[in-house]
Amino acid sequence: MNPLGPSALDRLNPVTRLGIAVFISIPVMITLDWVSALTLFVAQMLIYLACGVPARRLLARLAPLGVIAPIGAISMALYGRPEGRVWFHYFLITVTDNSLHLAIAVLARIFTLGTAAIVLIGGTDLTRMADGLAQIIHLPDRFVLGTLAGVRMIGLFVDDWRTMGLARRARGIADTGRLRTFATMAFALLVFAIRRGMVLATAMEARGFGSGIQRTWARPSRLGRADIVGWVVTVMVCIGSVWAAVAADTFLFIGAR
Amino acid sequence: MISARDWSWTWAGRSTPAVAHLDLEIATGERVLLLGGSGVGKSTVLAGLTGVLGGSDEGTETGNLLVGGSHPTRMRGRVGLVMQDPDSQVVLARVGDDIAFGAENMGMDPARIWPRVHECLKAVGLDVEVDRPTSRLSGGQKQRMAIAAALVMQDAGGPQVLCLDEPTANLDPAGIAEVRDAIVSMLSTRPDTTLIVVEHQVEVWADLMDRVIVLGPDGVIADGPVTDVLTQMRDELLEAGVWVPGVEPPAKHRMHPAPGEPVLWAEHLETGYQAGAPVSHDLDIAIPRAVSTVITGPNAVGKSTLALTLAGLLKPLAGSVIVADGLRPDGNYREWLPRRMRRGFTAANPHTWASRDLLTRIGTVFQHPGHQFVERRVRDELAVGLVALGWRRAQIDTRVGELLETLHLSALAEANPFTLSGGEQRRLSVGTVLATSPSVIFLDEPTFGQDRNTWADLVALISEILDEGRTIVSVTHDAAFCEVLGDNTLCLEPR
Repeated sequence: MNPLGPSALDRLNPVTRLGIAVFISIPVMITLDWVSALTLFVAQMLIYLACGVPARRLLARLAPLGVIAPIGAISMALYGRPEGRVWFHYFLITVTDNSLHLAIAVLARIFTLGTAAIVLIGGTDLTRMADGLAQIIHLPDRFVLGTLAGVRMIGLFVDDWRTMGLARRARGIADTGRLRTFATMAFALLVFAIRRGMVLATAMEARGFGSGIQRTWARPSRLGRADIVGWVVTVMVCIGSVWAAVAADTFLFIGAR
Repeated sequence: MISARDWSWTWAGRSTPAVAHLDLEIATGERVLLLGGSGVGKSTVLAGLTGVLGGSDEGTETGNLLVGGSHPTRMRGRVGLVMQDPDSQVVLARVGDDIAFGAENMGMDPARIWPRVHECLKAVGLDVEVDRPTSRLSGGQKQRMAIAAALVMQDAGGPQVLCLDEPTANLDPAGIAEVRDAIVSMLSTRPDTTLIVVEHQVEVWADLMDRVIVLGPDGVIADGPVTDVLTQMRDELLEAGVWVPGVEPPAKHRMHPAPGEPVLWAEHLETGYQAGAPVSHDLDIAIPRAVSTVITGPNAVGKSTLALTLAGLLKPLAGSVIVADGLRPDGNYREWLPRRMRRGFTAANPHTWASRDLLTRIGTVFQHPGHQFVERRVRDELAVGLVALGWRRAQIDTRVGELLETLHLSALAEANPFTLSGGEQRRLSVGTVLATSPSVIFLDEPTFGQDRNTWADLVALISEILDEGRTIVSVTHDAAFCEVLGDNTLCLEPR
């Protein structure tokens, strides 16, 4: 299930994992400097490794970030607001101290948010997540379970899509007009989705879903000591990262300039 | 246990009722087979009994339909429903969670749920661990799980009703046996379960049932012990498309011609959707010209994948598919094609052909007709291939007219293909392939879930195609189909 393999992070409730991933994004979003985001990223990596996430698999999963992050960073370095020493100038491109700082800041942000999403959210089991959202956050049952059952159907749609692609070739219309082919497939997929959805809804209803009886949960979802530890560590790291930026005198609040 | 008094249900927006004037009584523990032609509302009755027809915005109810003396919507959990499509009924990602779902909805004490789940798994004889991903179950196992999921809602003890709506229509013989076994096993531990089954394949269920009820457009037309009703109503049931046990399949016996020269063949063929995950290995197969070849074999042995590969749709993972000389495209108009279509072209290898090259050479009818529909009207659907070949409008109209006639679809020429019945969709999907007169036609499970009438139509249509000298290759589990059309049989064995 979990592509990263077992680790101490598994002791966190999925809701905590989701909450932490969202919480980490607050200092990342409200600041613009490079120290805070870089601190957060380094701290995160150290914590994950300390929790027993295998380094090799972690790096393999983060590899796509290595492609995405530089795209954002390079444009920031070339076009970011010029300030300080000018290193390079050509037409619209001006590389300055400030634009380089911004580039590092963007790089660190993408890595920080990406890592949190991949490790904390990517590794959770959707069923357990739904259990937690319904039992701990008390989101409506219908919403949570309907979404969960719907997400499970995506696999069927992937198969449908592949088969329809082969069928378009068999019918002699795959040589040209890809846009039109795409449109007919999208329409057919919609028809399949509605049919499947109706059967699924009937099946769920036949099994007592939405009958008005107070539902129980076969898999109780609770917060435990691990979750408290997780939150304490998260808050400390977040405050620490902002403090590090202030101490290094690079702190830059969003919209401050 | 169940009583209907002049019960009717009309779907919102329809002028005629789906079920009209239903009168019946079913006692606790009775096992009833519910038969009737398509459109008499068998499924609606089961949905009504399960209480899932919906409220007044879904339709209008008149008369009474009661389960255990109450309206079915107040008897949730007492009546279970298992439907046809194994895939669309799975709610959760793991077997145990899926079965527990109903118990949770009934508000069962969590401490009691897991013992119940294990009990129900045992009751249906599904021997898998509770954390097995539901995606890794076979169709038959999914249906077993759906039965267990219906049983779990009921507190141990008391009687309950189980409705099965064509539970085996989408399954191969092994899956059908599995569903039957599950019901036999369930009945041995809960003999007072009231069972109501809708199914065209009477033979599967006949010996387990006490009673047959035949529905007509205007209520019950026959009701009694199994053998009596099947004998008395034989002709009406056959007319309605029911597979009455002991009656010969509705097809003329064909002489099986001797297989001749191959029209296409495979050498050391490895098939599959993904490199690294082959489903069959090192196949050496030849498809003889102008006869009907059937490909059979157990589930998941790669029959459909083989057919799609031979038909030039999937790329062979290794080895090659080779088409006989007479069938190879010359590639004259190739310069108009995008470069990606021209690259790698080999006349002998159908996977390198342009999509258009396939039309007059190799046609494929997919398992689900919906997957191959691309137009809004039946008429346009039949014209798609002809337009791609660049026929003139007048020629196309003539050809489409002929086809509509052959397929008995003239009255539906303007209808949307997706709104046709199952049998009509099947005929149309064969027709779209016939339109361009390919020399070889592949059919993937053409008779899956078809009633006796649509089966007969289809077999007759295929026989006609063979008489025109074309080659037919079918992937099938259907023994009666093999009997009539198995001129040449390829049985794939698991490695």
